Amino acid sequence: MSKPMITLDANEAVARVAYLTNEVAAIYPITPSSAMGEWADQWASEGKKNIWGTIPLVVEMQSEGGAAGAVHGSLQSGALTTTFTASQGLMLMLPNMYKIAGELTPCAIHVSARALAAQALSIFGDHADVMAARTTGFAMLASNSVQEAGDFALIAQAATLESRVPFLHFFDGFRTSHEVAKIEELSEETIRALIDDELVAAHRNRALSPDRPMIRGTAQNPDVYFQARETVNTFYAACPAIVQKHMDKLAKLTGRHYHLFDYEGAPDAERVIVIMGSGAETVEEVVNYLVKKGEKVGLLKVRLYRPFSQADFAAALPKTVKTIGVLDRCKEAGCNGEPLYLDVVASLNNSIATGVAKFNVNPRIVGGRYGLSSKEFTPAMVKGVFDELSKSNPKNSFTIGIIDDVSNTSVEFDPSFSTEDPDTVRAVFFGLGADGTVGANKNSIKIIGEDTDNFAQGYFVYDSRKSGSMTTSHLRFGPRPIHSPYLISEANFVACHQFSFMERTDVLKTAQHTAVFLLNSPYAPEEVWDHLPRTAQKHLIEKKLKFYVIDAVSVAKQAGMGGRINTVMQTCFFAISGILPRDEAIERIKYSIKKTYGKRGESVVEKNWAAVDMTLDKLYEVTVPAQVTSDFDLRPPVPEDAPEFVREITAKIIAGEGDLLPTSVLPVDGTYPTATTKWEKRNIGLEIPAWDPEICLQCGKCVLVCPHGVIRAKLYDPKHLENAPATFKSTEPKWREHKNLRYTLQVAPEDCTGCSLCVQVCPAKNKREVRLKAINMTPQAPIREQERENWNFFEQLPDFDRNQLSLNTVKDVQLLRPLFEFSGCCAGCGETPYIKLVSQLFGDRAYVANATGCSSIYGGNLPTTPWAVNRDGRGPAWSNSLFEDNAEFGLGMRVSVDKQREYALELMGRLSGALGEELVEALREADQSSEEGIQAQRARVALLRDKIKNVDSRDARDLMNLADMLVKKSVWIMGGDGWAYDIGYGGLDHVLASGRNVNILVLDTEVYSNTGGQCSKSTPRAAVAKFAAAGKTQAKKDMALMAITYGSAYVAKVAMGANDAQAIRAFREAEAFNGPSLLIAYSHCIAHGYNLTMGMEQQKAAVQSGHWPLFRFNPDLRRQGKNPFQLDSKEPTLSLDKYIYNETRYKMLTMSAPEAAKHLLEEAQQDVVLRWKLYQQMAAMYEPEGEKPSDEPAPAAE
Amino acid sequence: MIDLSTSYLGMTLKNPLVVSPSPLCAKVDNIKHMEDAGAAAVVLHSLFEEQLTFESQSLNENIMQGENLSPEALTYFPEMSDYRMGPDGYLELIRKAKEAVNIPIIGSLNGVSTGGWIKYAKRMQEAGADAIELNVYYIPTDFDVTAGHVREMHEKLLRDIKANVSIPVAMKISPFFSSLPWFAKQLENAGADALVMFNRFYQPDFDLDDLEVVPNLTLSTSSSLRLRLRWVAILYGRVKMDMAISGGVHTSEDVVKCMMAGANVAMTTSALLKFGISHLETLQKGLVEWMEEHEYESIEMMQGSMSQKSVAQPAAFERANYMRVLTTYSPGM
Repeated sequence: MSKPMITLDANEAVARVAYLTNEVAAIYPITPSSAMGEWADQWASEGKKNIWGTIPLVVEMQSEGGAAGAVHGSLQSGALTTTFTASQGLMLMLPNMYKIAGELTPCAIHVSARALAAQALSIFGDHADVMAARTTGFAMLASNSVQEAGDFALIAQAATLESRVPFLHFFDGFRTSHEVAKIEELSEETIRALIDDELVAAHRNRALSPDRPMIRGTAQNPDVYFQARETVNTFYAACPAIVQKHMDKLAKLTGRHYHLFDYEGAPDAERVIVIMGSGAETVEEVVNYLVKKGEKVGLLKVRLYRPFSQADFAAALPKTVKTIGVLDRCKEAGCNGEPLYLDVVASLNNSIATGVAKFNVNPRIVGGRYGLSSKEFTPAMVKGVFDELSKSNPKNSFTIGIIDDVSNTSVEFDPSFSTEDPDTVRAVFFGLGADGTVGANKNSIKIIGEDTDNFAQGYFVYDSRKSGSMTTSHLRFGPRPIHSPYLISEANFVACHQFSFMERTDVLKTAQHTAVFLLNSPYAPEEVWDHLPRTAQKHLIEKKLKFYVIDAVSVAKQAGMGGRINTVMQTCFFAISGILPRDEAIERIKYSIKKTYGKRGESVVEKNWAAVDMTLDKLYEVTVPAQVTSDFDLRPPVPEDAPEFVREITAKIIAGEGDLLPTSVLPVDGTYPTATTKWEKRNIGLEIPAWDPEICLQCGKCVLVCPHGVIRAKLYDPKHLENAPATFKSTEPKWREHKNLRYTLQVAPEDCTGCSLCVQVCPAKNKREVRLKAINMTPQAPIREQERENWNFFEQLPDFDRNQLSLNTVKDVQLLRPLFEFSGCCAGCGETPYIKLVSQLFGDRAYVANATGCSSIYGGNLPTTPWAVNRDGRGPAWSNSLFEDNAEFGLGMRVSVDKQREYALELMGRLSGALGEELVEALREADQSSEEGIQAQRARVALLRDKIKNVDSRDARDLMNLADMLVKKSVWIMGGDGWAYDIGYGGLDHVLASGRNVNILVLDTEVYSNTGGQCSKSTPRAAVAKFAAAGKTQAKKDMALMAITYGSAYVAKVAMGANDAQAIRAFREAEAFNGPSLLIAYSHCIAHGYNLTMGMEQQKAAVQSGHWPLFRFNPDLRRQGKNPFQLDSKEPTLSLDKYIYNETRYKMLTMSAPEAAKHLLEEAQQDVVLRWKLYQQMAAMYEPEGEKPSDEPAPAAE
Repeated sequence: MIDLSTSYLGMTLKNPLVVSPSPLCAKVDNIKHMEDAGAAAVVLHSLFEEQLTFESQSLNENIMQGENLSPEALTYFPEMSDYRMGPDGYLELIRKAKEAVNIPIIGSLNGVSTGGWIKYAKRMQEAGADAIELNVYYIPTDFDVTAGHVREMHEKLLRDIKANVSIPVAMKISPFFSSLPWFAKQLENAGADALVMFNRFYQPDFDLDDLEVVPNLTLSTSSSLRLRLRWVAILYGRVKMDMAISGGVHTSEDVVKCMMAGANVAMTTSALLKFGISHLETLQKGLVEWMEEHEYESIEMMQGSMSQKSVAQPAAFERANYMRVLTTYSPGM
């Protein structure tokens, strides 16, 4: 009987075992492990039971540190408990892990191994995190594939119960955690068979209980701590055999037999690679290939890394081995060798010395690093390592897969070496993020995996932008199990789902000879050739590709699916690839559609089915001409006039050639130039706003709300128009005092994402045709060239003098140059308008501490940086430390600046002779509360520098370095609600209490946006989020109110879409306040589930409904005897349902659980009423005695 | 003893007061209250196929708009095990209402596609609806659609549904037809069991501040009744179908007028929205009092008594009536 097969990724496979074999899971989202917690939460909400027939309790914590604490407590109280994490999350768990291990507590935790943030953050996979946990006392078990991940999750759970040693089970982040593969299903019977209830009972009996009291967790002194620490040795000594016992047991039940160390290859191998993780699969593929060719090579897979069994390790190696290459997927700077290498050296040294290991000759052992941050590890690289090992003096501490031309650590390899199975179908799909390509491919894998005898594998590569991003799907199908955890470099099927990629990406580079190419083309089969760049034409001709086109967008539209082309392209793939007979394929696709979308309503299924039915008639094969005829080629990644760094390095990364950059060209300390997004002309907006000067009120609202900084205004002298392009528009300004100037509103055509937020907020309507406004969305392509020229001209126009502006008005703020532009945020993002505003108002003197999250990704993820500079070269100094420490990080910046300023003042005093008392006094007492004051201070600093440049003293040299600190600096601490409300709240609270002059900007999306919509303490009652699938039952934390209780911090709640002037006022007051300020900014988000074009309208509704009251609390006013609490919004006029049910996060609950939704709505409405009453009372309470209530009007929205 | 009973769609009703579709009908408690207050039947609020499609599509779109957008956020929402999508909630309401009350429950349907109309009509029947009212809310804006097309569309729709359900089907139409008597006859031939006159098209308004076209929902008044009275009076006795008046029934006198014009039932909504469900008691009480005062023994006795064929001056319902109104108009009226 054939074994039941299942198609899934490792996160799901592992989560399933952990869920079935535990009673409690304490979780916290972190990439790439989040999905494990999400699965557990989903199953719990669906009432799925574990092997004991009870539903595990899943609890979301405020951080991984919190999760580890909860795990520890739960274990101590007797429940079987697990958690899932990665990277920095594991770092936060380390302290508890020592405790859990020290107390010999059975527990298996699961880690999708990921790089640690060093010179940069990376979300991708390597072993830096797990290696940092190797000293905790946890046993460590490594899985190399999706199949093994499920199996080893079970072995870890079984072994921990028996050995009492807690287990860290890990597998490679993304490469394994996110790889979809067809594997043998681990049955519940098997899982049940490996878990011994008596051991569970033993665990419970060891737990704390007031019915048999004891204490655990004492403090010990020098007299006994040491001996007590050694008591655990026997447990660790017994552990490997226990693991092997359970491996053997699993083998009996499933036929899959694992060992502590598994050797593969020639029995008489002379060169052996030792490795753990997914890389072992690649090495095995190469070993099998080379052994068939007669080479004496082998592979030793390390399964149980801790406790490291020296005897088993030595026994697993062939006696013939002469050279051992140990590959570590991590970097330990300054070490004698990476951890696995050192373990192998120490282990063999001991085994040889004690006679346990007997080799023909004692082998030479070298270590090397590979695959950091999911760097590709290919068969060619493995071959390169084996070649190196065959040298008489192989490199030690080498690297493979990079070009290290600084330390010359890298070993060479031939990239053309391949071990791909010729019987495997290898398909590569290029799609636009969120266009459904990845989802459709996941469906295809399931169809092929579950409905055919083929094995299947899918892996998906995303770029780091949240708008206009490219996804690449790598799918393999074949008659034999697939052990190829690396990207496809020779595809026999390539599909490009977005025609625009053809001009910016060499999509056919991976196509092998005679491969099939499927292109979604707006052009007919007879026209498409003329629209292809030369590179593509060349590939098609030289590789003799079979070329098909379909106008998928038209088919999808006709089927009523809007622009969603996934179903159309999936149907084409099956039709062309012939993996299944056509009719059967269509039947399977339709079944899969019903399964995937059925619960979302019949019409969704019907429209998808209609798309399937319409597709094949519109699929055409194109006859490929014999000659390359195109007069254009791939667009260069950056223009020729870009700075050298951008041309030489950034451009390579943009072009997807970052892997080829050698060590020597990269910055040594993670420092990169800012202002680089402007060079990456992404051209992702199909439509962009076009300005009608006749209608425009010049109010500046469009400029203010533009999330991408692409729509800008300038006032300038008409003389500058002398060489203006013919289509450049300008008009008379609507500033009474500047009638002699000209006004232009200009769009950056190649940077606009087409989100149309600007058009939505434009208040000016064309009186002759009210559908038209002062800006109107217009197709980009026809005006791209013209507007590029206009933008370039606009760019060189001078910026308006900041001193002449009234910065409290939206109208004047539009004239401030944004120093945050063209980020990769979602089209229509609700966060970036606030960040841009900070950059406009204070950017030239701002430090920015940015918590990890969306804002750190669109703000700081390579290749390009949206933080920009002004004409003087000044701009925000930005950095990201971690997720949890951002408030403290920013406070550090503040005290550093304060100290340096203080020292500079002291130095001025010492140098007053050279500087002159007058200048010293002026510098010391300068009023820097206005733009004018700051500019005057900068002029004084310049004078100071001039005066001391020839003074030869240490003080003078120090002051030269520190003089800029005399100009007021603005420290901004920003991040999302996950940081501010949850993981970073302790620090944020401390900073608020510190009295230091920092500005905290919380971009409140009310959910963890970056990691995919998990519930935070900011998530409102009645909203659905991951970990709150049944709707959040607790009210949103009122962090502003909590901050107000200090009485000494400036606090404001703002919502730009509801009252833009109030937002600007609050930002300026916060910055002017000489103490901590907290700005909580309502940020609409893609995770709310509606068309973001309506984002600002929703902000308005949030305020009108009372969900988001606007206010400012300014302690300065109190000192002046005024009411510090200014309520800036009116009593709610909109019932809450009218606001919340515009958003899927609320609406979906009315569909999934109508009764609960009704109940939660009532409670949430009550929250609104009570909060409003409370705020009204506060406004009255803070009213100074004897004073009339404040009559200061709230800033009116402009 | 005054006999208030009447018949409608083959059913004997205890009185002619039928509640027509409104959001009030979306709750079983309200329907129970309506029965207690004297309603003889309830037409549920309309099931809009367009809305179901929209809800389903927008849920799908909104869930999918961020899917697989970034490696860290492959989805933004938890996967729900089920959604009460489509007509499930509506059908559940029919079932629950049937369990809760003894009066007939009439489903109301507003579709956009032939498939949709038929599918949902069948499901309403399966759920226990006593009859179906087809709420044909159609505004022809396409210049290629002729008057003939519109008529044929109505007829075809009716035939299709009649072929698929066995319960009675009422047709609720608009007054905007070139020859209503002829059109009514065609509907009768197509199998309509009753004609409901008329649909009230909500007319959009202009917001002069924002220069936007805005929906404007105004409740009917008794003055809305006249249009209905005229056409029911004209059709009475000339068509075999039952007739219902919907729109403008606010007072007991309005109910009397409906009956006298020839309607089988008088449907009311706006008055209930305005005065509450208990207003049904007032209407019934007033009806009885009026009949007592004017010595009518039964509803049947007054039905059609002032229809065009029963009145002394049939021209009062025709152009001559128009002339008379104009010539007697004075600004002080």
